Amino acid sequence: MTATPVNFDFLPALPEITLLVAACVVLMVDLVLPETLRKWSYWLTQLGVVATAWLSLYVFHQTPAHTFGNTFVADALADVLKFLSCMTVALTLAYSRSYLTVRGLFRGETFALMMFALLGMMVMISANHFLLLYLGLELMSLSLYAMIALQRESGQAVEAAMKYFVLGALASGLLLYGMSMIYGATGTLDVARVTTTVFAGGVNKTMLAFGLVFVVSAIAFKLGAVPYHMWLPDVYEGAPTAMTLFVGAAPELAAFGFMTRLLVGALAAMAFDWQGMLLILSLLSMIAGNVIAISQTNIKRMLAYSTIANMGYMLMGFLAANINGYSAAMFYTITYVMTTLVSFGMVMLLSRAGFEADQLDDFKGLNQRSPWYAFLMLLTMFSLAGIPPTVGFYAKFAVIEAAVDVGLVWLAVVAVMASLIGAFYYLRIVKLMYFDDPVDTAPLEARSDTRALLSINGLALLLLGIFPQWLLGMCVVALTRSY
Amino acid sequence: MLPYLSLAIWVPIVAGLLVLAVNRDADAAAARWLALVGAVAGFAVTIPLYAHFRLGTGEMQFVEAVEWIPRFNVNYLLGVDGISLLFILLNSFVTVLVVWAGWIVIQTRVAQYMAAFLIMSGLINGVFASLDGVLFYVFFEAMLIPMYLIIGIWGGPNRVYAAIKFFLYTLLGSFLMLVAFIYLYSVSGGSFSILEWYQLPLSLKTQLLLFVAFFLSFAVKVPMWPVHTWLPDAHVEAPTGGSVVLAALTLKVGAYGFVRFVLPILPDASHYLANFVITLSLIAVIYIGFVALVQADMKKLIAYSSIAHMGFVTLGFFLFSELGVEGGLVQMLSHGFVSAAMFLCVGVLYDRMHSRQIADYGGVVNTMPRFAALAMLFAMANAGLPGTSGFVGEFMVILAAVKANFWVGFLAAVTLILGAAYTLWMYKRVWFGAVVGERVAALKDVSRREFWLLATLAGVVLFMGVYPKPFTDVMHASVTELLAHVAKSKL
Repeated sequence: MTATPVNFDFLPALPEITLLVAACVVLMVDLVLPETLRKWSYWLTQLGVVATAWLSLYVFHQTPAHTFGNTFVADALADVLKFLSCMTVALTLAYSRSYLTVRGLFRGETFALMMFALLGMMVMISANHFLLLYLGLELMSLSLYAMIALQRESGQAVEAAMKYFVLGALASGLLLYGMSMIYGATGTLDVARVTTTVFAGGVNKTMLAFGLVFVVSAIAFKLGAVPYHMWLPDVYEGAPTAMTLFVGAAPELAAFGFMTRLLVGALAAMAFDWQGMLLILSLLSMIAGNVIAISQTNIKRMLAYSTIANMGYMLMGFLAANINGYSAAMFYTITYVMTTLVSFGMVMLLSRAGFEADQLDDFKGLNQRSPWYAFLMLLTMFSLAGIPPTVGFYAKFAVIEAAVDVGLVWLAVVAVMASLIGAFYYLRIVKLMYFDDPVDTAPLEARSDTRALLSINGLALLLLGIFPQWLLGMCVVALTRSY
Repeated sequence: MLPYLSLAIWVPIVAGLLVLAVNRDADAAAARWLALVGAVAGFAVTIPLYAHFRLGTGEMQFVEAVEWIPRFNVNYLLGVDGISLLFILLNSFVTVLVVWAGWIVIQTRVAQYMAAFLIMSGLINGVFASLDGVLFYVFFEAMLIPMYLIIGIWGGPNRVYAAIKFFLYTLLGSFLMLVAFIYLYSVSGGSFSILEWYQLPLSLKTQLLLFVAFFLSFAVKVPMWPVHTWLPDAHVEAPTGGSVVLAALTLKVGAYGFVRFVLPILPDASHYLANFVITLSLIAVIYIGFVALVQADMKKLIAYSSIAHMGFVTLGFFLFSELGVEGGLVQMLSHGFVSAAMFLCVGVLYDRMHSRQIADYGGVVNTMPRFAALAMLFAMANAGLPGTSGFVGEFMVILAAVKANFWVGFLAAVTLILGAAYTLWMYKRVWFGAVVGERVAALKDVSRREFWLLATLAGVVLFMGVYPKPFTDVMHASVTELLAHVAKSKL
C-alpha cells in the first residue's frame, strides 16, 4: 500500500462521537440533578446508548470505510458488533436498575463509566491501527476497574477490582510488548500495512512469531482462556452482580472484534502459527472450565468457569482460520452474550436489599415460586449446555462443524465430551429449580420493564434456536463484507 | 393433501403449550380435559397417515420439504416409510393412554405434567418423521428435556439421581452421534439429507468409527447390555406415565436409529460387527433375563424384562434377513403395547398400596378379580404366549436366527423359558395365593377408567397376536428396500 491521502472523514465514526457526546452530557446533567431526579440520568444514558446502536446500523457499511489516516475502519463487522454491544449495555443497565438502586450505585458515575467502557469497546471493534486497538482496550479496561470498585464499602469488590487491575495491567504490558515486536519486524503499526508486509515476505519470522505469542497471550487474558483465566472467577464473584454482568457480556463482543482485527486483519499470514496456540488454549479452556465449574457452590463463580469453557468453544471456531470458522465463532459469541444476559439478569432478579442470590441454593424451588422465571432460566441452562431446541445448540454445532471441516475431528470429540461434563452442572441448576422445594419464599418483585425485557431475551434463546438462520447468515455476511 | 406429518408433530406440542399457557395449575380439571383433547387430536391427525399410506413401495411418503437453515443446508425434511409410520401411530396412541392414566393419580402441578407428555409426544413423532440429520438430532435431544423433568418432578424418592443419570447417559451417546452427523455432512459435500447419506461411499475404517459413534448413541437408548444401567433407575423412579413413555416409546427411538442410520449408511461395518452386536443382544436376552428373575421390585423386574425384549429387536436387525428385521419391528410394536400395559398394571397397584415390592403383595386376585384377569393376559403376552402380540415378533426372530445359525437361534429361544419364568413367577407371587395382610384385603377393584384403559390395550395385544398382517403389510416393502441398502457394499 502506497501513501494514502490522510482523510478526516467523521461520518464513519458517527456512533462513537454520538456516544462520547452523550456520555459528557450525562456527566454534566447529573451534576445538577437532585437525588430524586436521578432516573433522568438513567434515561439519558439509555437514550444515548440506544441512539448509538441505531446509528451503528443506520449507516450500514457495505464496503469498509477508512478514516483518520487509515487508523479507523467502519465495516459491516464493526456495525453489527457495535450495534450488539450497545444493545447489550442497554439491557445490562435495564436489568441492573433495581439492583443498583438498592445498593446506592444508581449514580451518574456508574452511567458515565458504563458509557466510556462502551466507547472503549467500540473503538476496539473499529480500530485499524495497533495503537488505536490499545487505546480502545485501555479505555474499556480502566472504566471496568473503576466500575467494579464503585461499591467502596465492599471489601470483596475492591479486592476484585485490584486483582483485575493488576492482572489487566500485566496483560496490557504483554500486548504492548508483542505489538512492539511486530513493529520491529514489519516497521509499521497500521493493520493493513502489517498484512501486506508480512505477505510480501522478507520479514524476520522469528521476531514476528515472538510478538505474536505476546499478542495472543493478551487476547487470551481478555477472553479468560486457560491458563490466563485466574482473574475471571474472582472478579465475577467479587464484583456487584450488575458489574459482573457488564464485564461478562458486552466486552466479549469487543474482544471478538479485537481478536478479529489482530489475527484475521493483521496477522492472517501467520495463521498457521496462531492456530496452534489457539488450539491449546481452546482445549485447556474447554476441559478445565467445565471440570472446575462442577465443584462451585456460588453461581457467579460457576458461571465464571462456564465462561472460561465457552471461550474455549468460541476459540475452536476461530482456529479453523476461514470465514466459516470466524462466522461460527462470531455466532457463538453473540449467542453466549445473550445467555449471559439472562443468567445474570436472573441472579439480580432474585436478589434484594441485603441479599445477594449468588448461592446455587438460592435457586431452589424456583418453579414453585415463579414457573415463568424458572422456565426462562431452564432455557438459559439448556442453551449453555448446548441442548436443542435452544440457540446454544447451534452455537456448538457451528463451531464443531468448523473444526470437523478442517479435519480436526478429534478436537470435536474432545469438545463434545467436555460439554457432557458441562451438562452436569447446568442440569444441577435445573434440578434445584424444579425438583427441590424452595428455601426462600419471599415474593419475587421486579419492575415491569425488567420483567418484559428479560422475558423477551429469554424467549429469544428459544426462538433463535428454532429459526437460527438469520443470525447465522448475518454473521457470514458481516464477515465476508469486511474481509 | 394436508401436511399430516407436520400436524402429527405440532398438534401435540401446541396443545402442550396451550395447557401451560391457559392453565397455571389453578384449575386442574381444565388442564386434564384440554390435555386429553390435545392427545386425541394428536392421534386423530395420524390416522390419515395410515389410511392414505401406499403399500408396496419402499419410498418415503407424505414428504414435506422446506428450507430451514441454508447456512448449513439443513432442511425441514419430513417423510415416512412403512417402518416409521407404525411408530408414529404407536406413539400418538400411547400418548392418549398416558394422559388418561394420569387423570387422577397426578395431583401436583397437573398442567406441567400433561404438557410435558404432550410435548414429548410431538417430539417423538418428529424423531420418526425426520429425514434430515439435524432435524432428527434436534428432536432426539429435545426429547430429553421433558423426560428429565417428568422423572425429576413427579418421580419417586431417588428421582434426582435417576433423572440426572438418564440425561447424562443419553447425552453421552448423542453428542458422539452429532459429531458423526457433522462428519457425514463434511464428506458428503454439504448435505444433511439422510437418504443422500445412504448413497455415500465410505471406507471401512470410516464406517467403523462412525459405527462406534452411532452405536453408542442408539445402544444407550435401546438400551443394550452393558450400557443399560440407567434404565432400571429411570423406570423405577419415574411416575407410571413416565415409565410407560420410556418403555413403550423412547426405547423404540434407539432401535429405530439402527434401521434408519446404522444399517443403510454403514452396511459394511454392520456386517463386520454383526457378530459383536448379536453377542451383546444374546447377553441381554439371557443374562438380563436371569437378572429379571431375582428382582424384588415389580417395576424393576419389568424394566429388566424390557431390556431382554429389546435384545430380541437388535438381534433380529443384525441377522440381515427379512424375517429377522420384520420380527424385530413387530417385537418393537408389541413391546410398546405390552410394556405400557405392564407398567400401567403396576401403577394400578402402586396407586392403592404405595409399594412396588413383590413381597408386600399376595392374593390380589381375591380382591381385584377383573384386574387380575387383564393382568394375566399381559403377563402371558410378556412371556410370549402364542395368540398374543408378544409371540409373533419373538417367533419370527427365533426362526430367522435358526436359519442363520442354529446355536444363535437356540440361545435366543431360551427367552421363552426365562420370560415365562420371571413374568409368571411374579404373577404368582403378587396375584395368586392367600390374601396377605389387611391392606391387600381392603383393595378395591379397578375403576371404570382403569378398566377401559387396560381393556383397550388388551384388545390391541390380542388383535396383533391373532392377526399381525395389517402391521407386517405396512412395513414389508420398506424392509425389502432397507435390506437392499444393507446388501450393497459402500467400499
